[in-house]
Amino acid sequence: MAENGIGVSVRRKEDKRFLIGKGNYTDDINIVGQTYAVFVRSPHAHATINSIDTTDAAKSPGVVAVFTGDELAADGIAPLICGVTVTSDDGEPHRAPAHPALAQGKVNYVGDHVAIVIAESLAQARDAAEKVDVDYGLLPAVTDTGSAADSGQQQIHEAAPNNICFNWPLGDKQAVAAAFASAHKISKLDLINNRMVTNPMEPRAALGEYNTGTEEITLHVTTQNPHVHRLVLSAFNQLAPEHKLRVIGPDVGGGFGAKIFIYAEELVVGWACRKVNRPVKWTADRTEAFLADAHGRDHVTSAEMALDENGKFLAMRVMTKANLGAYLSTFSTMVPSYLYAFLLAGQYTTPLIYSEVKAVFTNTAPVDASRGAGRPEATYLVERLVNIAAADMGRDPVEIRRRNFIPVDAFPYQTPVVQCYDSGDYHAALDKALVLADYENFPARAEQAKSRGLRRGIGLSTYVEACGIAPSAAVGQLGAGVGLWESAQVRFNPTGNVQVFTGAHSHGQGHETTFAQLVTELLGVPFEDIEVIHGDTAKTQFGMGTYGSRSLAVGGVAIAKACEKLIAKGKKIAAHALEAAEGDIEFADGNFTIAGTDKAMNIAEVAFNAYVPHSYPEDLEPGFDENAFFDPMNFSFPAGTHICEVEVDPETGVVEIVKYSAVDDFGKLINPMIVAGQVHGGITHGVGQALLEGCRYDSEGQLVTASFMDYAMPRADNVPSFDLDYAPTNPPHNPLGVKGCGEAGAIGAPPAVINAITNALGIKHIDMPATPENVWRAAQGPA
Amino acid sequence: MPVVNMRVNGNAVSGEVEARTLLVQFLREDLRLTGTHVGCDTSQCGACVVHVNGKSIKSCTMLALMADGCEVTTIEGLASGTELHPMQQAFMDNHGLQCGFCTPGMVMTALEIVNRNGKGVDERTVRKELEGNICRCTGYHNIVKSVIAGAKAMEG
Repeated sequence: MAENGIGVSVRRKEDKRFLIGKGNYTDDINIVGQTYAVFVRSPHAHATINSIDTTDAAKSPGVVAVFTGDELAADGIAPLICGVTVTSDDGEPHRAPAHPALAQGKVNYVGDHVAIVIAESLAQARDAAEKVDVDYGLLPAVTDTGSAADSGQQQIHEAAPNNICFNWPLGDKQAVAAAFASAHKISKLDLINNRMVTNPMEPRAALGEYNTGTEEITLHVTTQNPHVHRLVLSAFNQLAPEHKLRVIGPDVGGGFGAKIFIYAEELVVGWACRKVNRPVKWTADRTEAFLADAHGRDHVTSAEMALDENGKFLAMRVMTKANLGAYLSTFSTMVPSYLYAFLLAGQYTTPLIYSEVKAVFTNTAPVDASRGAGRPEATYLVERLVNIAAADMGRDPVEIRRRNFIPVDAFPYQTPVVQCYDSGDYHAALDKALVLADYENFPARAEQAKSRGLRRGIGLSTYVEACGIAPSAAVGQLGAGVGLWESAQVRFNPTGNVQVFTGAHSHGQGHETTFAQLVTELLGVPFEDIEVIHGDTAKTQFGMGTYGSRSLAVGGVAIAKACEKLIAKGKKIAAHALEAAEGDIEFADGNFTIAGTDKAMNIAEVAFNAYVPHSYPEDLEPGFDENAFFDPMNFSFPAGTHICEVEVDPETGVVEIVKYSAVDDFGKLINPMIVAGQVHGGITHGVGQALLEGCRYDSEGQLVTASFMDYAMPRADNVPSFDLDYAPTNPPHNPLGVKGCGEAGAIGAPPAVINAITNALGIKHIDMPATPENVWRAAQGPA
Repeated sequence: MPVVNMRVNGNAVSGEVEARTLLVQFLREDLRLTGTHVGCDTSQCGACVVHVNGKSIKSCTMLALMADGCEVTTIEGLASGTELHPMQQAFMDNHGLQCGFCTPGMVMTALEIVNRNGKGVDERTVRKELEGNICRCTGYHNIVKSVIAGAKAMEG
């Protein structure tokens, strides 16, 4: 094993710049002559625009320009897109109403973009934005997920009758009905998966600059996928030809999905900087982030499980209404469909599953992927329903899970909902977690808590998720407009140090460290001589970016493949330089050696030789620089057991998480320190959903949780320190044996927390967020 | 426009500001000290924490003019040369940061926690006193470890 190679908790390369205040986030970048943009946003959830008067705003001090949708459309800028097609049950593609970047005669949610004001200073732009006079004709708003498609509801888009985007069934309805008809027991659950605001700590921002000489737009933007931004802005929005648009995602302060998407502000800033021929900077304030970032979750679901007399799951039926908001965000349609229903088997052998997802439009912000994206919704539903089934059957939640787990020798395992799981040992993770959580002695702890007037509960969730997104063939078949491979280029400089270009994008995940560990392990180059470069379309080859826990499982493999090519090339070069046959050259620990001799060349010497090819034969190509693309053959399927223990104060409804244990299967770990950090963050995100976070619109469509004062983010005193361990299996499809770890915590945690609370209170169900008020009411018993 | 004078990280600075200019804007826009961040607009997130006359404050909630004549320390002022402050080093050693955006505020708050509670500060106190700083990445586990380790290291 290399000193800083695979499996070592190496300190992160990126930390120093962040710790001394030298990070380079979009809003930190300033260009001489830059102007500041403010967006005029709709204060109404649903209204026609009768007129927009920008006269006073344009005359306001310092104003450079004021633009509305008319100017944008006149320049041929096309509306925003949704890149994944879901076929509705009528055989037609999902309904896709136009999504203009600046409103065209109508606004559909509070925060919708109406105009952009550009001024010499931010304060002047804000002052002027107040002077844009918009005459609105108010319409009734639709905000409730469950009733949005009911007859008689206000229609939002002509293109989407009954506010329905798609009805999407999956599975054999008749076979499931037959299984239910003959079941010993049917367990039922109605639940809400609460709407969340993703809230990376850095608000979104964009800084556009146009070069009149090269006719190139450079757009610095808070993105998780710079090349995807460039592709969509160019090919679909007609902002500029792809080779005349440079997108840079510099340091990005967290993403969690919210910075995948191509948003109105980014497109408009990119267009406006050319229009006014000045650099234009826009940075969201937090309220704008609440109003206009894509939100997450927001399902209303009824689910049933059919069981036989032994507690075996026979069939499951799931009816979900999913809120997509006012318009379709970039990948919104795939979240409540493929990323959700394909995971409804969970860790179990349930042979028959039928689901129907009705995706609806409402007068709320667009909803799209947010940490986990569909998989937290599926896992929460399955793991809650399994607990209810256990209670209905009078069985222990651990025992009923064991009874229904997919056995270790059944992998690869074809589920009834499309996915074929790669590898897993669910019993092993559960066993380990039960020990870690000291499950056995829980009754004594509960008894002890009772003496303090508290009710102690324990809950587990045994989750599986799909990441390493994704095989291009699979997503292409499903209607995605892109492939989901990843790219890498590994370049030796003549002096022997290495630059690794990745199509992935790091916004907290530590790629600069993990990917360098991979390269030091594979090529034997010292860790400190390796630099990982990402986030700039002018520097890196086309790549798909970072989301769906894909960077290592897909992008890491691309790096490994580029390294393999370098080794193959290096053998040719060393053979030539050492005057040996290529077949006699062996590579190990950074040295090319003639087998059975001590004649060797270090890889750095080979690199230098490759750039000084004074005596190369015709068939030996100079240079030491290789690229590779990797398209996975399957998703990867991390899984694990999370166990949460809570104490509930029945007098106040306050829930304290007193112990949290997680045992995960992520395959091989490259940097265990970084992996643990991802799990800690994911669990806390999930605890936030379970206990604190609830995005609320009132009936008029006003967002009543539009600041950190009204929307409760998890803070340091809401969570304990976590106990983590791993139960790895080897995913056969992944050449590095890795699975991905970025979302698991947010997927595993919500049902573990709610299962613990329902256990503490002896109740069937409580919806998230289990705030003190909700818990207190539940603790009082039925009204 | 009024003129404001203060010492920032030991250096005397002065600038013309609009009366409504916030301290964080003065630091970021006028002095180009962009290590101090803005994560919200309601004094909740703590990404903008700096020290003014030795006390931690949220620089998004203070006018630049209110800091006239004050001694201001930002994240850029902690390291001595190339050597990290023990608290910065503790964050690196304990993986107390991921995306880095909340980090400057976390470190400045951590120093205030040590100032107030001493170098043997315990986990419960650290968690309680970090309440004004929000992190979305780390789940706080390693931030808490970092603060405790940094506090200990500041002894030596």
